[in-house]
Amino acid sequence: MSKKSLINVALIVALFLVFGISFVIGGLHTDPEERFGGTDGAATTQIQESHPDYEPWFHPFFQPESSEIESGLFALQAGIGGTILGFAIGALWGRRHRGTGHVSGTPDADSDAAPEPGSEPAATSSRVADATA
Amino acid sequence: MHIAEGFLPVGHAVAWFVVSTPFVVHGARAVIKESKEHPESRLLLAAAGAFTFVLSSIKLPSVTGSSSHPTGTGLGAILFRPPIMAFMATVVLLFQALLLAHGGLTTLGANVFSMGIAGPWVGYWVWKLNAKLGWSRDVGVFFAMALADLSTYLVTSFQLALAFPDPVSGIAGSVVKFLGVFALSQVPLAIAEGILGVLVFRILTDVAKPELQRLGVLRSPEKVAA
Repeated sequence: MSKKSLINVALIVALFLVFGISFVIGGLHTDPEERFGGTDGAATTQIQESHPDYEPWFHPFFQPESSEIESGLFALQAGIGGTILGFAIGALWGRRHRGTGHVSGTPDADSDAAPEPGSEPAATSSRVADATA
Repeated sequence: MHIAEGFLPVGHAVAWFVVSTPFVVHGARAVIKESKEHPESRLLLAAAGAFTFVLSSIKLPSVTGSSSHPTGTGLGAILFRPPIMAFMATVVLLFQALLLAHGGLTTLGANVFSMGIAGPWVGYWVWKLNAKLGWSRDVGVFFAMALADLSTYLVTSFQLALAFPDPVSGIAGSVVKFLGVFALSQVPLAIAEGILGVLVFRILTDVAKPELQRLGVLRSPEKVAA
């Protein structure tokens, strides 16, 4: 395994460790009523406790009726973002691999770039980039 | 960092709108200018926006027993300078305010200030400082991303403390109380965001080297070619 991939694997392991440790330590002293409640909600609760006479003067037009629907909508947000991020990185990858071919270790990158339909416009604009470079 | 709908007094809500609006307008113009003058940057712009869209939707457990979410604004601030993130964060926060009842329209100005302005600028300064110190790029990305995340929550704590000073200990006491809610919980998330940022940045330096060089994010071509 190259040094580059070793570092990447180490980073991924570190990421999981941070989550794992947070989950275990957090689990020890989380509120049994609402485990891992959101900090945003906790701040609102704190305002209501310290300023019981404060009345929120505006309310959301639309409110997800249950936490299930809410988490689904959050998943939708992550899905939209993930799709765009994946497309952008994939298209950039396609642009690189059809370019001048100075990608290390893939001399035949031009032939087997197997571009997805989406990467076509990206590839054309890369010619603009190469021309101006 | 999402101050809930209606949970800032009218005066504060208006003031944060006044402060944030010029940054957002300037940021929107920066996005349009960048994508017009450099069409080859559009994919990276999309990646920067999408990254913050994903990260701000994910609530993660923290050591304090509560959960919170990262912001993902440091990446775009490094790639395209902070102004564009004011616009990107506004899009994210509008989506969440309208569809998820998370954050709010009346608190949008304050939330944009913490997530879209303060965080990205802190991250950008850290990135610049790292370059000046001559430390490795990965270290710079890590601290820029982590501190963009953490500083967003610190700003939120101050915003809330200004609006809701503690009846006994005043604004200072209130800052401490809100920091107690946000700051420690956010530390592991900020570390995680820093690590993820380094990973994503490594991928981007692989697939978008010429674009990053043109943006001045990667400096000497011969150095990165090695």
